[in-house]
Amino acid sequence: MLYTKQKKVKVLTPYDIAAVRADFPLLRTTVNGKPLIYLDNGATTQKPRFVIDAIQQYYTLQNSNIHRGVHHLSQLATDAYEVTRNKLKDFIHAEHGHEIILTAGTTHSINLVSTCFGKAFVKEGDEVIISAMEHHSNIVPWQMMCEERGAKLKVVPIDDDGVLDMDAYARLLNDRVKLVSMTYVSNTLGTINPVQQIIQMAHENGSPVLLDAAQAVQHMAIDVQALDVDFLAFSGHKMYGPTGVGVLYGKEKWLNAMPPYQGGGDMIKDVTFEKTTYNDLPFKFEAGTPNIEAGICLGASIDYINQIGLDHIAEYEAELLHYALEALAEIEGIRFIGKARERSSVISFLIEGTHPYDVGVILDKLGIAVRTGHHCTQPLMDRFGIPGTVRASIAMYNTQEDIDGLVAGVKRAARMLL
Amino acid sequence: MTINEIQDELIADFAFFEDWMEKYEYIIQLGKELPLIEESKKSDDLLIKGCQSRVWLLAEEKDGRIYFTADSDAIITKGLVSLMVKVLSGQLAEDIATADLYFIDKIGLKDHLSPTRANGLLAMVKQMRLFALALQAK
Ligand SMILES: Cc1ncc(COP(=O)(O)O)c(C=O)c1O
Repeated sequence: MLYTKQKKVKVLTPYDIAAVRADFPLLRTTVNGKPLIYLDNGATTQKPRFVIDAIQQYYTLQNSNIHRGVHHLSQLATDAYEVTRNKLKDFIHAEHGHEIILTAGTTHSINLVSTCFGKAFVKEGDEVIISAMEHHSNIVPWQMMCEERGAKLKVVPIDDDGVLDMDAYARLLNDRVKLVSMTYVSNTLGTINPVQQIIQMAHENGSPVLLDAAQAVQHMAIDVQALDVDFLAFSGHKMYGPTGVGVLYGKEKWLNAMPPYQGGGDMIKDVTFEKTTYNDLPFKFEAGTPNIEAGICLGASIDYINQIGLDHIAEYEAELLHYALEALAEIEGIRFIGKARERSSVISFLIEGTHPYDVGVILDKLGIAVRTGHHCTQPLMDRFGIPGTVRASIAMYNTQEDIDGLVAGVKRAARMLL
Repeated sequence: MTINEIQDELIADFAFFEDWMEKYEYIIQLGKELPLIEESKKSDDLLIKGCQSRVWLLAEEKDGRIYFTADSDAIITKGLVSLMVKVLSGQLAEDIATADLYFIDKIGLKDHLSPTRANGLLAMVKQMRLFALALQAK
């Protein structure tokens, strides 16, 4: 039996938050004797029972290596793995299933492109454009590649609200620019970048675009064909799925033009000691035994998201975000880092006179999970001249009560610390 | 007092606190009371970079004893830093190098010394021991 034959999750109309919450077992835990308020969803999301069951079912009913055996179990596991690929294709509206490369996560996906695209297309004197709000995993791989190939990394600045300077972007585009790699949604500021415009401008310049969608896919519907984006990277664990699996979408023409990333099993057609011919897409980029159970069960998380509906999720989260911003604004001495009008899911702030670490420690004592620090965006912290922020990030299962708890917690922390 | 006598005294002090709030309020108070290193002296040589908070540590030697002054940009870290300084400063190098710092666990603050906290505290304790070892080796 495959997990897909499980009882379907119930369809929720309109948004039934109590039912959604009930699907996530870990949300019922307590921390320091207090009911958990989980607001660290930007780091990773909790998993619904549906996904947890799928993981258990994989090991009790399907476990086998994929793409290799002719035996029954191997066929079951291979089919289930390929079913996920197909679900991913539909989820982001890709044209072909073989444009979906299953990776270990966003970081792996970006490194794959920086390495392989770099080898194929980047020469000395060429340029790659990123933005000032990138996660380290969309900075360092490009730095490494540029250093190796004698290319230059160019950074599009942002304004004080955390919005991209599109005029500066336009000025940076020239015929040396081989690729533009930007985040769809900032994991620190919550800013939603104008990706349609970014892509269009890059294409007019003849440069392909990679979007880091790690903070986007779980919050909004994405259509890679409508966007005409060249590469898209995201992680399973941030979209209610398992850890250790992620996606690289790439347009067929680019993936075919790039050399393989790693060598090994699965990625070959023929191996002799003289010469190896490589496998077709997507296997050319999938060397070795992957995280099979995570790959298969990512399919379950997509089913779960689809049953609830990304549009419903987006609508609900937008309301909650709005509620949270208004509620937090009442706190004395609060300073928001990131004030873009187009924003999603993430709220970064500081309380005047306190260090984010101290606020985080007190919140933890109150059972509230937030993230503190630089959120893997150190250059962005330097841009604002701050050591870090307190970051609350919401998911489909958060409630107004969670936000009220956060506001009360921050007020209490401020009373203790000031 | 020896390192262990100071530790035992701290454990006795902390036993009075009824709950985490009181304990943290005390640590915050300690942090506030001790402006440990002047801003102008906080050079990068003294900086121990944690991911979450930063710690500065200054060590001076006199007659085989090491005197520590330390500071942090986060107040809770600073309070904990001042506890460490209380326990280790002015002690003999050999005692610092081999000290068993059991008080942190006993007063329920062990989490703060975990490497995943990345608050600089663990790195500071390591640095304190390194100073002591270096002095012994002389
Ligand atoms: C915007 C962004 N990009 C990349 C990453 C890296 O994702 P992962 O650690 O899953 O590879 C994250 C997650 O922290 C992120 O928020």
